[in-house]
Amino acid sequence: MSTLLEMSGVSVSFDGFKAINNLSFQIAEPEMRAIIGPNGAGKTTFMDIITGKTKPDEGRVIFGEKSISLLGMSESKIAKVGVGRKFQKPTVFEAQTVRENFALALKNPRGPFDVLRHRKTKNGAQRIEELAERVGLIDELPRLSGELSHGQKQWLEIGMLLAQSPRLLLVDEPAAGMTPAEREKTTDILVNAAKTHAVVVVEHDMEFVRRLNCKVTVLNEGSVLAEGTLDHVTQNPEVIDVYLGR
Amino acid sequence: MSQTFITRHPSTLWVLAFLGLFTLLVSVFSEAAGVGLVSTSFVKTLGKTLCLCLIAIAMDVVWGYCGILSLGHFAFFGIGGYAIGMWLMYARTEAIVAQSLSANIIPPTDVEISTAIGNQIFGVVGSSDFPLIWSFAHSLTLQLLMVLLIPGLLALVFGWLAFRSRVTGVYLSILTQAMTLALALYLFQNDSGLRGNNGLSGLQNIPGYEETPQAFISIAFFWASSAALALGYVLFAWVTAGKMGSVIRAIRDDEQRVRFLGYHVESYKLFVFTLTAVVSGIAGALYYPQAGIINPAEVAPIASIYLAVWVAIGGRGKLYGAVIGAVFVSLLSSYFTGGSAPDINLGFYIVKWTDWWLVLLGLSFVAVTLLFPGGIASLFDKLTRKS
Repeated sequence: MSTLLEMSGVSVSFDGFKAINNLSFQIAEPEMRAIIGPNGAGKTTFMDIITGKTKPDEGRVIFGEKSISLLGMSESKIAKVGVGRKFQKPTVFEAQTVRENFALALKNPRGPFDVLRHRKTKNGAQRIEELAERVGLIDELPRLSGELSHGQKQWLEIGMLLAQSPRLLLVDEPAAGMTPAEREKTTDILVNAAKTHAVVVVEHDMEFVRRLNCKVTVLNEGSVLAEGTLDHVTQNPEVIDVYLGR
Repeated sequence: MSQTFITRHPSTLWVLAFLGLFTLLVSVFSEAAGVGLVSTSFVKTLGKTLCLCLIAIAMDVVWGYCGILSLGHFAFFGIGGYAIGMWLMYARTEAIVAQSLSANIIPPTDVEISTAIGNQIFGVVGSSDFPLIWSFAHSLTLQLLMVLLIPGLLALVFGWLAFRSRVTGVYLSILTQAMTLALALYLFQNDSGLRGNNGLSGLQNIPGYEETPQAFISIAFFWASSAALALGYVLFAWVTAGKMGSVIRAIRDDEQRVRFLGYHVESYKLFVFTLTAVVSGIAGALYYPQAGIINPAEVAPIASIYLAVWVAIGGRGKLYGAVIGAVFVSLLSSYFTGGSAPDINLGFYIVKWTDWWLVLLGLSFVAVTLLFPGGIASLFDKLTRKS
């Protein structure tokens, strides 16, 4: 286990409002980490900073053995370095088939001329089937992804995330709107992925976090309030105050 | 490879077969073949329509597939026309001047010839000097290169600036329209070096073929337009099929998501924008020798808006939809505005189609957008799916 991502002293403000305030955060590879916090705690902004959507006002974001800085890199470059992101609302390409969605995500050269010369390979097809099997969509491959149920779209997106073969997976509310059975399956997929990858899961639902059985970071007002096991942080009076006191 | 490509894309095969048959029929019944059922001027209209189909499929790729509503592609079309028009006008004037000066006892000097050509071309705007942009006009090869290079470079630079700043949606449309308007206003000026609002004329006379009747020249251009459309169709069908098509449709639907998948969205947009601009330039270079004249009004933003209307009526996101739209609307347009459509006498008011055609076009645009968002092509799809 070695540190994969390190954020230190990161701050960002929007029109004077400090969304992230002197935040420091580390994750190893492989590791599973859950991030919880009340609304407006900065969870989404935290992901936006790592993936390059938002530029922080100060601080450092260092990734990998070579300690490359992610700041100043474009979203697509960060994705190529090995950071994958799943959004809160499932965003799959609804006008395209499940197979095409997987193919888009599959780790391959990303330049326009590489894509133009791209040929379908047996290897690629096999990899797509493997991934589809893993997220339970093997029978849905030829369907338009717009026809999938909400839960299936979430899985497709997780599958696409895995197809990218990133080293760090940022997963925003994977269990939102899922039935208990679907949640269980989602937990399995994520726990499995965390055996080889660094996985950051942002989640509201404590029950879901408990099942992930991992270290928990509590965010509040843009900085880390507590860190530790779920039992440890839920006994922290400050955390109780933030969650229950308002 | 093309074998498998075509068999995998039957609609491309259908379009090519239909285009081939159409070209053959028109040729057989043309005046050039001695039959004359299809008049030479109608052959020109059909040839021009094929060029419009070519720019329509380019527009469909950039708008229908990639989601960039460009209101500037007719500017690239016009630039292509101007580029080839410069050579046509120069070479023809040179031949005329050489003939008239050959009567002189003392052979004319190069300067005298150049001044005489300049006088002929730029007399209408009160000048006889060749502007810098005419430096290559003497050479067909160089000027053909300009047909490709100028639209390509303009699109590359403009697109790079616009896409890099993440200008999207309606703002990008306005920006492309501003580019088109700026170009048109520049061309309208007498000192633009392209004869101001006179434009370039006499383009139907091909230097070196003065003795050839227009019947044959029109058929030659008709074939060239047909071949260009066929090649363009196959090119775009290839680009929009497979993984490239998948990526650009994904960009249309959610470009931010595509970025997080690791694709550099701006490069893709730039690639599509530039490629379609070059094809539009080629279409223009084939169109204007058949039209005979090009003037700045052709480049005005309204033309590019028409283009978007054709594609919307024909069916966005399907190449044959763009072809249907361009054929349907431009032929109807020339029917209604050509004065051959009978006026409708309502008793209290006479509907003159030359005035009311635009109203009809506007209404059908609204109707198609509201009732058949997929355009005419979606009706085709429904028919084929049922059978």
